[in-house]
Amino acid sequence: MKTDTYQQPNEQGYYGEFGGAYIPEMLHRNVEELKAKYLEIMYESSFQKEFQYLLKDYVGRPTPLFLAERLSKEFGASIYLKREDLCHTGAHKINNTIGQILLAIRLGKTRIIAETGAGQHGVATATVCALKGMECIVYMGEKDIERQAPNVARMRMLGAKVIPAISGSKTLKDATNEAIRDWINNPNDTHYIIGSVVGPHPYPDMVARFQSVISEEIRWQLKGKTGHELPTHVVACVGGGSNAAGAFYHFLDELSVQLVAVEAAGHGVYSGMSAATTQLGKPGILHGSKSLLMQTEDGQVIEPHSISAGLDYPGVGPLHANLYTSGRGLFLSATDEEALQSALHVSKTEGIIPALETAHAFAVLGRLNLKETDRVVLCLSGRGDKDLATYIKELKLVD
Amino acid sequence: MSRLKELFASKKNRVLNVYCTAGFPELTSTIKIMQALEANGANIIELGMPYSDPLADGPVIQASGNIALANGMTIKVLFDQLKDLRKTVIVPVILMGYMNPVLQYGFEKFCVEAAAVGVDGLILPDLPEHEFETEFGAIIKKNGLDFIFLVTPETSEERLRKLDSLSTGFLYAVSSSATTGSDKDFNAVEKYLLRLQEMNLKNPVLVGFGIKDKETFESASKYSNGAIIGTAFIKALENSEDIALSVKQFLSGII
Repeated sequence: MKTDTYQQPNEQGYYGEFGGAYIPEMLHRNVEELKAKYLEIMYESSFQKEFQYLLKDYVGRPTPLFLAERLSKEFGASIYLKREDLCHTGAHKINNTIGQILLAIRLGKTRIIAETGAGQHGVATATVCALKGMECIVYMGEKDIERQAPNVARMRMLGAKVIPAISGSKTLKDATNEAIRDWINNPNDTHYIIGSVVGPHPYPDMVARFQSVISEEIRWQLKGKTGHELPTHVVACVGGGSNAAGAFYHFLDELSVQLVAVEAAGHGVYSGMSAATTQLGKPGILHGSKSLLMQTEDGQVIEPHSISAGLDYPGVGPLHANLYTSGRGLFLSATDEEALQSALHVSKTEGIIPALETAHAFAVLGRLNLKETDRVVLCLSGRGDKDLATYIKELKLVD
Repeated sequence: MSRLKELFASKKNRVLNVYCTAGFPELTSTIKIMQALEANGANIIELGMPYSDPLADGPVIQASGNIALANGMTIKVLFDQLKDLRKTVIVPVILMGYMNPVLQYGFEKFCVEAAAVGVDGLILPDLPEHEFETEFGAIIKKNGLDFIFLVTPETSEERLRKLDSLSTGFLYAVSSSATTGSDKDFNAVEKYLLRLQEMNLKNPVLVGFGIKDKETFESASKYSNGAIIGTAFIKALENSEDIALSVKQFLSGII
């Protein structure tokens, strides 16, 4: 790592060797405009005032930092849960969409596009578009539309138009391709709200900054509860990596804090049905940035597998790729089955039904060799309502 | 003198560049199509290397790429097919593709082998100019390959000059900010091309995207050195029973 921070990329958008803006010329003006203006707009006082107001009164922030006593007892350390599941719309995704819609308005844009996998980011985008009276188009893989009918209905109810991505493998990566194509074809009035810390620079940095409110709150909340600002561990699940980026952000350069990223191992890391990108990926370029990427020997992108649609992505944000290769982050993985069992266990132990994505993070707690004095913060990125159909089926909850 | 330079030295207008996807419709169609294109008047052949996630292409070209991939097309297979290219094909040949497969193949190895089989230039739409200048441009140049940048109506004059100075062979003017195959108003395009013409650029300009018939070809050629046809040609190949005949019929409708 050449730069002295893990937090921000360099001028060209690189975190170590990962990042950049590998985009066709047709996107250059839009991306360049964003790059030139995003920091100035984000830190302007009227923007911050509106952003903080909406995070508080609309999203419901700050979200609680909850000491999970029974889990703490079980794992022999203090386990704190950062309750992003209590955000409006049920996950951390809305922190970013609130920020980006305010940015889009200040850029003079009138039309919003987004990609979505399971539909969580699509719902969070449709929500803020409804709030601000903006036109909203969400690209979603044809297969995901079939698998996630309730979220499709939610987006429609919120006034968004859901367009099926019918190219390629008809899932998240293809929805992202379609959204990027839409942006190429509508360069003047449209802003693309990317849902994770992926895409061309400045998206990874911008989304990480909007999500960084998570770790900002953790710091003062933990200090209030323990007298210590720093946890010993921060644990979060990683698909593209937005909740992890937000939970890690203000601890990235606090080297005493162990950052634990948990990927989806599907049927097993080496089963051929997995989404454990750092374990299986090689450096490559997808959706405008260089990162670790699951791909064939010929450089064609491999379709990943995870029971959790939010982790089912063949790449990972460049910030995380740098944490992995530099050794700053500890990257673990959990299988579909481990995630399901964790979800059930956490539900019964703490009275919280987590999203399947978050369940992956819980699954590794027993592998961290925790001590009595450890202060572990786990980012409870989303609630499990959206996964009920999967839980019913896989955990045989209904006779 | 490079083949592209030679071409533009002797032919300054109505230069026709035709795009086809390597390995489409059949794995072994590549050379046959290239020979037919040359025989029927194409001046440049742009050979697309299929990729699973081709951001700058529209649905028709992406679908042809998926078929080519399913047929087993890879960069290695392609170079093997192109081994005897220069025994039968004289016109300049450009490879068009995306960075990821090229990086996996090995960027330098790719350039060396492309040059060895007689490829003249590269179009890699997702290779940014910064990385071109700091890393990849020197490798491309060292192997005697031309590199063609894209420009759009939204590209500023300053940036146009920069991309023109970095390009060799020609400049690829996207006729609108659009993925390939999209329909756009051609009058706005004319204005843009006129502006390019008045800039007196170092490189010849070929217009791509939205060119599909004689009318659009002529209209694009009026203010530039020629045009690139992709999507319309791929469509013509989609249900072809006789490739040589389809190519002949298609090109006779253009020039």
